[in-house]
Amino acid sequence: MAKYSITVNGQSHEVDALEDMPLLWVLRDIIGLKGTKYGCGKALCGACTVHLDDVAIRSCSYPVSSIGAAKVTTIEGLAEKGDHPLQKAWEEHMVPQCGYCQTGQIMNAAALLKTNPNPTEEAIQQAMEGNLCRCGTYNRIKAAIMSAASVSEK
Amino acid sequence: MKKLSKTQGGVAVTSEVFKASRRDFLKMGTLLTGSLVLGVSFSGCDKKSNKKVAFAPNVYLSIDGQGKVTIVAHRSEMGQGIRTSLPLIVADELGADWNKVKIVQAEGNEKKYGNQNTDGSFSVRMFYKPMREAGAVARLLLMQVAAKKWDVSVDRCDTEAGYVILTGTDKKLEFGELAEEASTLPVPGVSAVKLKERARFNMIGKPTPIVDLHDITTGKAVFGIDAAVEGMKIAVIKRSPVVGGSVKSVNDQKALKVPGVHKVITVKGAGLPATLSKPLAGVAVIADNTWSAIKGCELLEIEWELGPNASYDSAIQIQELTKEIAKSGKVRRNRGNFDAARGGAKKVIEHTYIAPNLAHATLEAPAALAVVKDGICEVWACTQNPQGAIKAVATALGFAEDKVKMNVTLIGGGFGRKSKPDFIVEAAILAKESGMPVKVQWTREDDIHHDYFHSLSVQRVVATIDKDNNLSGWNHHIAYPSISATEDPAALQPSDGELGLGATDFPYQVPSIRIETHDARAQIRVGWLRSVRNIPQVFAIGTMLDEVAEARGIDPVANALELLGPDGNITFSQETGKEAYPNYGEDIAVYPWETARMKAVIQRVAKESGWGKKLPVRSGLGFAAHKSFLTYVACVVQVHVDENNTVTIPEVHYAVDCGTAVNIDRIKSQFEGGAQFSTSIALKSAITVKNGQVQENNFDGYQIIRMSESPQKIHVHIIDSEAKPTGVGEPPVPPFTPALCNAIYAAIGKRVYTLPIDLRT
Repeated sequence: MAKYSITVNGQSHEVDALEDMPLLWVLRDIIGLKGTKYGCGKALCGACTVHLDDVAIRSCSYPVSSIGAAKVTTIEGLAEKGDHPLQKAWEEHMVPQCGYCQTGQIMNAAALLKTNPNPTEEAIQQAMEGNLCRCGTYNRIKAAIMSAASVSEK
Repeated sequence: MKKLSKTQGGVAVTSEVFKASRRDFLKMGTLLTGSLVLGVSFSGCDKKSNKKVAFAPNVYLSIDGQGKVTIVAHRSEMGQGIRTSLPLIVADELGADWNKVKIVQAEGNEKKYGNQNTDGSFSVRMFYKPMREAGAVARLLLMQVAAKKWDVSVDRCDTEAGYVILTGTDKKLEFGELAEEASTLPVPGVSAVKLKERARFNMIGKPTPIVDLHDITTGKAVFGIDAAVEGMKIAVIKRSPVVGGSVKSVNDQKALKVPGVHKVITVKGAGLPATLSKPLAGVAVIADNTWSAIKGCELLEIEWELGPNASYDSAIQIQELTKEIAKSGKVRRNRGNFDAARGGAKKVIEHTYIAPNLAHATLEAPAALAVVKDGICEVWACTQNPQGAIKAVATALGFAEDKVKMNVTLIGGGFGRKSKPDFIVEAAILAKESGMPVKVQWTREDDIHHDYFHSLSVQRVVATIDKDNNLSGWNHHIAYPSISATEDPAALQPSDGELGLGATDFPYQVPSIRIETHDARAQIRVGWLRSVRNIPQVFAIGTMLDEVAEARGIDPVANALELLGPDGNITFSQETGKEAYPNYGEDIAVYPWETARMKAVIQRVAKESGWGKKLPVRSGLGFAAHKSFLTYVACVVQVHVDENNTVTIPEVHYAVDCGTAVNIDRIKSQFEGGAQFSTSIALKSAITVKNGQVQENNFDGYQIIRMSESPQKIHVHIIDSEAKPTGVGEPPVPPFTPALCNAIYAAIGKRVYTLPIDLRT
């Protein structure tokens, strides 16, 4: 066990954890932020996606000891009022079915738009390939990302 | 078969609206004095015993003095949108302001809510009418109060957006002003209320966003995995790698040294039969957090007694069943004389169809939290079947059922997996034994290894074409480990219920039909997966019909229309030797099999998809149609197969007749999702078992489709209908796979007989 100081959504947290504990479980079990989901534990499904600085990472496979001074952003911190252009587009396109994978999808898409504000359909597909949805909302996810991107462009 | 023995199945249901006691409603936490509180109860007549059956109220509705309408959602939400669709029916009939409607999830309680088992594409079918009646009764009571205040007759009143209005004037009164007095009036019988004309619906038949939408996009939605109480510990369990195995010995010394680990507890498990409700044998590590529990589990040293299933090999079973179905089987439906048809045939087409075991792989792995205190067990779980879970927990703990409280969370994907309460029982047992609140968390590997699998199948279909170029004979041989075998190992044959999902309800007018089944032993836990046996049975039927059309030199769509025969209703009973074809638990006189409706969806999908249109090289269109869960569906899939034999699906068209459409958007989303779910089945997913142990571990081995592999455009054409509504959760799945296979044939001339599709072989 070791003590770590990590910054999540702009807030500093002191956590006492095993050094190989993945960030996912630190967020969920220690800090109590449950919008980030467990899906596979092996970086295969993207349900646990958060941002480390501005980059999307799979928090299920990212040990707490590797975070250092980097800033973690979760779905709870994506937009204070829950009105990020992607969240709005997600609602407009009525994307979710069961909803379980959707926070990971949104976080992954948000990281994409930071580096590529106006992605082509192919770029979206490539970026989102690591995020599984068992209910099958892929087409609406794609449409929502495209409309959020076009809104941000204006 | 459990799946089909639903409480309401075979019961003609009538409903009654009554004034509920305040106590019944207090839990909603919204009750102010002066609220109108109504419950709807069902009573019916069991068509078999002709006995009166009393049902508990399934719906509660309240209107408080502020005009806030509260509706209890008593079915489980798993992505189908039921927490929205049922309440919106009440609200639309009532004339409520949807923005002022609060929806409260019911706990599991049979006495209070009747059947809550959410599967079988069942909820809208069963509750559409009672929901409307609840809304209509409340509306009438409110209008009676307003009419008295205005001194006019009730017929001059109407409701709109949370107000009673006086038609032809601008007078209006908010529901909140009327609720208290309405609560003192006698409740009219449902026969006294007039339901709204269809043209006056504001929500039914239109798209409505789901009520949990914002919570989902902001991460606030609470699934089973998110349930928490003060002092909660996390348990991860290492289960017997073989079904029916048991723990011989455990060395937990290393596990207990992991920081955060508190206890190691052995879970006895069901043994054999594995059952549809009891846990597998295993050893649980209880820790402060999930990571410590996972690490502890990895360090357990367990010696297993693996039991008789340790020799099971799914590939060998497929080989054995392939030999078996070449023989004669047990006849389950017989019409005409197939042998004579075969003898006189000009052409005989015969093929064997193989499909693998499948896992549900819900993105949320099973998780449940239990607290046992003062002789009461309280649970929070992502369950499709809260009452089944209560029974299973009560049995496991030796508690009375009323000492088990079941809170239902959102479900992160169900597809039938979360109808089984094994994971909930695990939490209850561990909470009782440890004396701590325990959440059981399945890992993805646990989920893939220890599912209630959709079992593998081997089928043989023989179709005969006579000298007049007609399809003269149809012989379908079927073998798969039955769901029944999970409870009863002596069950070696498909049940009537399983065969009624696409096989014995073969609707085409062929003079000779013989359906035969063969023994197959279950050596894994077999359960039901979205659309169940329709998946393999319709894969075989839908692809064979395409070959029949080709052999006859007829277009596949024209072939299907012709084989359905003249407009009329089909009954299957005389030919199956049974009292009645299962018909998804409904009386076939009430929900007939109407050929005209099937033909209408086929014609619609052909028109919308541009059936017959010219496509680029290595592209093709494929067609299949199938009625399941009482909903008529036809499907056209367009594929492209590149030079490396990679399959892409640019476009899919569905036409669906599900009777009255309730939430158009959720019907569409179920079909979009159904197409994607089927694409995984067709192209990707398979569970293989060696030495009784599942070989796939995670999403690398057990694959489901990703965005680039998914059908790119999915068009859903809904037939405008006023017929009784039927479900849409499962019906999109069955026709998709055969339509895709037929499209591949159209594109590259290669027939598919084995799933998942591998064009290299």
